[in-house]
Amino acid sequence: MIGLSAYLVLAALVFSIGLFGVLTRRNAVGILLGIELMLNAVNINLVAFARFNGDLTGLIFTLFTISITVAEVAVGLAIVIAIFRVRRTVEADRLDLLRG
Amino acid sequence: MTLDVGLPLLVLALPFVAFLLLAIVGPLRRTGRGAGLVSIAAIAISFGAALAVWAREFVAERTWGWIPADGGPIATVGVLVDPLSNAMLVLVTLVSLLVQIYSLAYLADERPGPLGRYYTYQSLFVFSMLGLVLAPGFLQMFVFWELVGLCSYLLIGFWYERPAAARAAVKAFWITKLGDVGFIVGIVLLWSATGTFEFTELFEQAQENALAVPGLATIMFLIYLGAVGKSAQFPLHVWLPDAMEGPTPVSALIHAATMVTAGVYMVTRTEPLFALVPEVLTLIAWVGAFTALLAATMACVEGDIKRVLAYSTVSQLGYMMAAAGAGASPAGFLHLLTHGLFKALLFLAAGAVIHAVGTNDIFRMGGLFRAMPQTGIVFVVGTLALAGVPPLAGFFSKEAVLGGVWEAHLTGPFLMLALTALLTAFYMFRVVFVAFFGRAHAGGHPHEAPWLMRGPLWLLAILTLLVGIRFALGGGETHAEAPGWLPPLSVGLAAVGFVLAWAMYQRRAIDPVRIAVALTPFDYLARRRYGLDGLYAGLYRGIILGFSRLIGWIDRYVVDGILNALTALTLRAGDGLRHIQSGRAQDYVYGVAFGVLFLFVWAQLWRR
Amino acid sequence: MAPLTVPFLSIITWSPFVGALLIMFTARHSPRAVRLISAVTTGISAVLSLWIYVAYERENAGFQFYEKVPLVPPLGISYELGVDGISLVMVLLTSIIIVAGVFASWTVAVRSQEFYALLLALVTGVYGVFVSLDLFVLFLFYELAVLPMYLLIGIWGSTGEVRPRGIFAWAYRETGVGTKEYAAMKLTLYLLFGSAFILVGILALYVNAGSGSFSFLDFEATAFPRSLQRWVFLAFYLGFGVLAGIWPLHTWSPDGHASAPTAVSMLHAGVLMKLGAYGVVRVGMGLLPDGAVDLAWLVGTIACVNIVYGALSSMAQTDLKYVIAYSSVSHMGIVMLGAATLTEAGLNGSVFQMFAHGIMTGLFFALVGLVYEKSHSREIGKMGGFGTVMPGIATAFTIGGLSSLGLPATAGFVAELLTFLGAWRSAHSWWLYPAVAGTFLTAVYVLRVVKQIFWGPPSPHFHDLVDARGPEWVALVALVAVLMLFGMVPGLAIAPIDTATVPLLARIVNP
Repeated sequence: MIGLSAYLVLAALVFSIGLFGVLTRRNAVGILLGIELMLNAVNINLVAFARFNGDLTGLIFTLFTISITVAEVAVGLAIVIAIFRVRRTVEADRLDLLRG
Repeated sequence: MTLDVGLPLLVLALPFVAFLLLAIVGPLRRTGRGAGLVSIAAIAISFGAALAVWAREFVAERTWGWIPADGGPIATVGVLVDPLSNAMLVLVTLVSLLVQIYSLAYLADERPGPLGRYYTYQSLFVFSMLGLVLAPGFLQMFVFWELVGLCSYLLIGFWYERPAAARAAVKAFWITKLGDVGFIVGIVLLWSATGTFEFTELFEQAQENALAVPGLATIMFLIYLGAVGKSAQFPLHVWLPDAMEGPTPVSALIHAATMVTAGVYMVTRTEPLFALVPEVLTLIAWVGAFTALLAATMACVEGDIKRVLAYSTVSQLGYMMAAAGAGASPAGFLHLLTHGLFKALLFLAAGAVIHAVGTNDIFRMGGLFRAMPQTGIVFVVGTLALAGVPPLAGFFSKEAVLGGVWEAHLTGPFLMLALTALLTAFYMFRVVFVAFFGRAHAGGHPHEAPWLMRGPLWLLAILTLLVGIRFALGGGETHAEAPGWLPPLSVGLAAVGFVLAWAMYQRRAIDPVRIAVALTPFDYLARRRYGLDGLYAGLYRGIILGFSRLIGWIDRYVVDGILNALTALTLRAGDGLRHIQSGRAQDYVYGVAFGVLFLFVWAQLWRR
Repeated sequence: MAPLTVPFLSIITWSPFVGALLIMFTARHSPRAVRLISAVTTGISAVLSLWIYVAYERENAGFQFYEKVPLVPPLGISYELGVDGISLVMVLLTSIIIVAGVFASWTVAVRSQEFYALLLALVTGVYGVFVSLDLFVLFLFYELAVLPMYLLIGIWGSTGEVRPRGIFAWAYRETGVGTKEYAAMKLTLYLLFGSAFILVGILALYVNAGSGSFSFLDFEATAFPRSLQRWVFLAFYLGFGVLAGIWPLHTWSPDGHASAPTAVSMLHAGVLMKLGAYGVVRVGMGLLPDGAVDLAWLVGTIACVNIVYGALSSMAQTDLKYVIAYSSVSHMGIVMLGAATLTEAGLNGSVFQMFAHGIMTGLFFALVGLVYEKSHSREIGKMGGFGTVMPGIATAFTIGGLSSLGLPATAGFVAELLTFLGAWRSAHSWWLYPAVAGTFLTAVYVLRVVKQIFWGPPSPHFHDLVDARGPEWVALVALVAVLMLFGMVPGLAIAPIDTATVPLLARIVNP
């Protein structure tokens, strides 16, 4: 039987990979993918806790998270496309309109 | 004590009504002569009422609350009628009436607008002066004291387009205000010590020896400072000669007969209080005598006829103050009354001369006696009175003053006053000989003034004579104690002055220039007014203006500068910190990630 | 204190606000209607102010025309209004100044509807502060009075020039000193800085009283510990004092007044600065008697600095508006000094000086506005001989100046006299000397300005100058008349003031 800590380690790994992606990818789509990974790391945690604590709340939460993730990706991609139309690029480094 | 104050109130109210009428009803004011007639009518009735008050020897007091406070009014207004104020009422209304009539002719060339303005100010002045005379307490006296100062300022600056007049008006206000600062502080201190402004209450306290207030001498000295400013005593006398920039009738009324004597009147009025502080009285006497002498020396070298008269006014005010300081305030007051008559006469006569020849400089006049004999006669009458020749009014009052000072064992002031008497005769006859006799100057045809101007002159001359004769006949109560050698001495001094002036300016036996050379230091100083004007100008420019510029600079560039520096630093800090906002979302995520990491680590460490 | 049937105070307070709304929503493009609405709504307030002044029962002192509507019951906030002798006179002052101000800005051409709307909103705030008995509501009104000022100065103001000098010259280049935007921002930030202290003070009282109410009357009934009183009084003094122009936090006032358009200067120097002094007297001294006693030395000493420093600064100015603005700093010193004496005479003098100075400075700014409008210059050095062509303005200016230097028969004299009397009887009698010196310095700079502008030969720089005309006269005549009436019959104002100051002092002397 695989213990809870194994799931948590997995989730932490996935989260870290996602964070790494968010921080280092220069392409906006890549950053979005990184965010997906981070969110899914959370899902893994939720499911794992739900399973080990015998509490369904975590599963229900996961369902919500998944649907929100989908919506988020849709909005995110839409923004990326809109930016691409205006700026002809999706390089995150160059999207610095808010620079002080 | 009767409570019948209706008649004195009428005296006071009429000029005020005239003032209100002229101030508010613009069209009436702008008629000029019409405004003058309104003002003259008011003052004429007022004069009649004043005569009635004087003849019936009213004594009354009545006050009304003015500034309310919890336990009864803190300040009152009212009228105090007694022989002192009655005599003053008659003098003020009489001279005002004559001056206003005289002005109708003297200022006939003015446009109606300014003429109306002139009479508006005149009415306000008469009201204020009467209010001062009738004041039952220090506060009301101060109120009207300031108001007459205001009228003086406005009337000196009547020809306000002239820079000299504007300067003189402002100077007069500032210098007298300087004295008034002392006056108001004295009043406030006195109120704090005694809880009242009323003369009657203060006198009662003085009689019951309840006025043993600590620092009473200081208080009375401060109050006296007000008189120093108003009555042109050394060292605040410098404004009065400059005040001659105003129209001559104004000089006659305000700067000779009435307002400038307010200080003397105040000291006389509050004599019971000053009597408690002999050291201040002695000071008053010394300052008065010194002022008399100082002004007389300056009059000797002055060439402007009005300024000669102005210095002579300062000098005579010194006489009055010296008398008051010597404890002979009735003598001082008597001199105030007689001086009011003959000095107004002299000024008005000088006005007639100026009107005729168009200059103030006596050395550009000459031989005027032939051209205008009537003016010449009255001027000589005034001069004789001022020089103290019997039986004219001035002789008796001057002698009373000298007697009073002698009685008080004030030898120094007495000698100064005696010397002044000599100088007075000298400088007045100098004017008479130079302007009225001597060689006539070419150009211009001096002519006798119109009867509107001559009438008041003759009236004043006759009054000067009559009052003198009355004293001669009645003896007068004031100079009874004077030592027997005094009348010959004072007449002798006047005679010496007369002879000197005659020798120098009529016979040309003595060359004035040689005398001037012989007395170079005095001549130099007197011509430069002993440097006092320069001193004040320097103090004003150097200290007040200089200090104000410094403060203004500090305010703008230091007090405000610190604030602006703080502002600028805030702006700069914001400018520096804004670079943290790179605008790149990933940088912010870095921040979040490391922030969370830091919190984790910190939490772990903290838990341990 | 039974509630009256007619809510006079509410009508007085809100009538201008209603006017502002009407202007914004109905009269946007009709300048005549804008002025008419302004005149009528402020006129209603003025007439009712006069009415409550007459109807106020002097025998039963205390707060009258009382109104109370709970607003937020759980927190104890309610809309609670009432006037006593002090606020009565202040309400009257506000009415006189705003009516005069409406007439004085008759000629504002640019965006006049917004101008009038903001002006009226501001006045509602001023009235509100004077009549509020709930400190929370008072604070709201206070902010309402302060904020429109920013727009009024920033949009309709005028820009002057200040040369960068001294060791802080760099800062002057970076902050834009002298521009109207700078003045507007400075004023607003300063006053908000002050109001932060006020809010802290109010909350401190609220928490410590524990009565769950912001009502002035409830606070008044509470005895706060002395140590608390001391620092809360200090907070109120700083907070309200900024608005009263206390040294060295006064520098917003000359810049603000000089940059502001005429009516705003009138209202600001005439009434808004009094809000500050009123706050110190009403809230500071009224609620914290022990604190007032302990800190009177500070208040009075700074007031003395104000008097002399303001007068000297005024003398150094070359811009006419700055002269008047600094004279306000000096005269507010008299107000604060009178309050600090903690004597009946001094406190009466203080409140009377608020009134007298309000009228006087309102008159001054109206006149400066007129002179500027006709000559297009505020540079004193260039002017001269204006008296010949504008005798009416010259007369009014002289009367204002005489009141300013404390000449009897004008309101200024009575106020200064009472302050002097109070100063000598206070615990620090030396205060008398700077106060008296201030009046002499005032005489120097006022007469100097009068001489320079109106006397002397006509200046070659100006042609075609004319005297005041039409509606402009309304403001001048009204203000001059009030100034002289209250100077000759000071009882008109002092009698009601006295009914309020005596109980106030009774609490201070025997808390």
